[in-house]
Amino acid sequence: MNVTTASAFPAHERARAKPAPFWNPYLAGFGLGLVLLAAYLVEGRGLGATGAYSSVAAWIANAISPEHAQSSAIHARYVASGSPLTAWLTWLLVGTFVGAAISGLVAGRFAISVEKGPRISDGQRLVLALVGGIVAGIGAKIARGCTSGQALTGASVLNAGSLVFMLAVFVAGYTVAWMARKEWL
Amino acid sequence: MFPLTYSMEFTQLTSLALAVVIGLGFGFFLERAGFGSARKLMAVFYLYDMAVVKVMFTAIVTTLVGIFLLSAAGELDFAMLYIEPTNYPAAIIGGLVFGAGFVIGGYCPGTSVAACATGRLDGFTFIAGIFIASYAYAEFFTGFDAWLASSAQPDVTLPGLTGIPMGWFVLAFIAFLGLAAWGMAAAERRFAWLRP
Repeated sequence: MNVTTASAFPAHERARAKPAPFWNPYLAGFGLGLVLLAAYLVEGRGLGATGAYSSVAAWIANAISPEHAQSSAIHARYVASGSPLTAWLTWLLVGTFVGAAISGLVAGRFAISVEKGPRISDGQRLVLALVGGIVAGIGAKIARGCTSGQALTGASVLNAGSLVFMLAVFVAGYTVAWMARKEWL
Repeated sequence: MFPLTYSMEFTQLTSLALAVVIGLGFGFFLERAGFGSARKLMAVFYLYDMAVVKVMFTAIVTTLVGIFLLSAAGELDFAMLYIEPTNYPAAIIGGLVFGAGFVIGGYCPGTSVAACATGRLDGFTFIAGIFIASYAYAEFFTGFDAWLASSAQPDVTLPGLTGIPMGWFVLAFIAFLGLAAWGMAAAERRFAWLRP
């Protein structure tokens, strides 16, 4: 009798079963490439993760004070392009959330947890994630895109600016990684 | 003929439904690759797991080959694709700042969504950070943004810049991916001791 299959475990044992390993990176990359290709074939443009945030920020600014929102050219631009509820990038991000949740749940990788190295506390890590989010957010706004909207989307149509952006990201990444080694190693 | 949005009229609802469907695929493959985990993402900077570069390069080459072949076959009108204007100062300054934030925060804007979706609390605070930055940028950086925008140039691609046909770049990217795969495997063996 075979008792080692997952289905043979009682429910509480299964919940603690080891999460499935990640896919081979070349296979996952091929899948990601097909999704990006589909975005180009359907919509004529690639993916993007940062636009939705500006759209929501402008919507909030406009809800608080329309005069104030109009005083910023950036808020005004996003307000003019309509509610974030009708923005393509917002729904792309909603899909991203659901797609990742499905993948994580199926693979047993959903876990309320904090990702960090062993040498810092959860609290320190949460603050660093917030600070990093602010810094990366400013960088993405300056560059008009992030790893999705510039690096992936731009590089796959040989956009010169996107390739320069990607190079700059890795230069800064490897430099700061040395300083941040206590956070991750 | 592709892109579809130029040959057929999508209603707003169809367009947004397509965004969700494409997003589902995006999130699914990000999570499958391990990009919902900051430790997996950051491993690339300590060279013991190069998955980030492997996934990104493979995705770029896949899309590039697809776009090249479909354009060559006359099925896709490359001129109709949206190409983000190239802005070298913005790409360099923004890229350096972004790279620093990536390593401090452990995520980028897309991967933090995958992290949140799989219960990573640091993914939530990272997203809060991007939101604060997006708001602050619109409030305090309008002058800087306008100054940067003045150096943007439309449609700067490697074939346009060099006069070398796209096909040669496609071949070069494929060759580079092969070479990088070999180099990354060597790096991973060398730095395996850093693996947790």
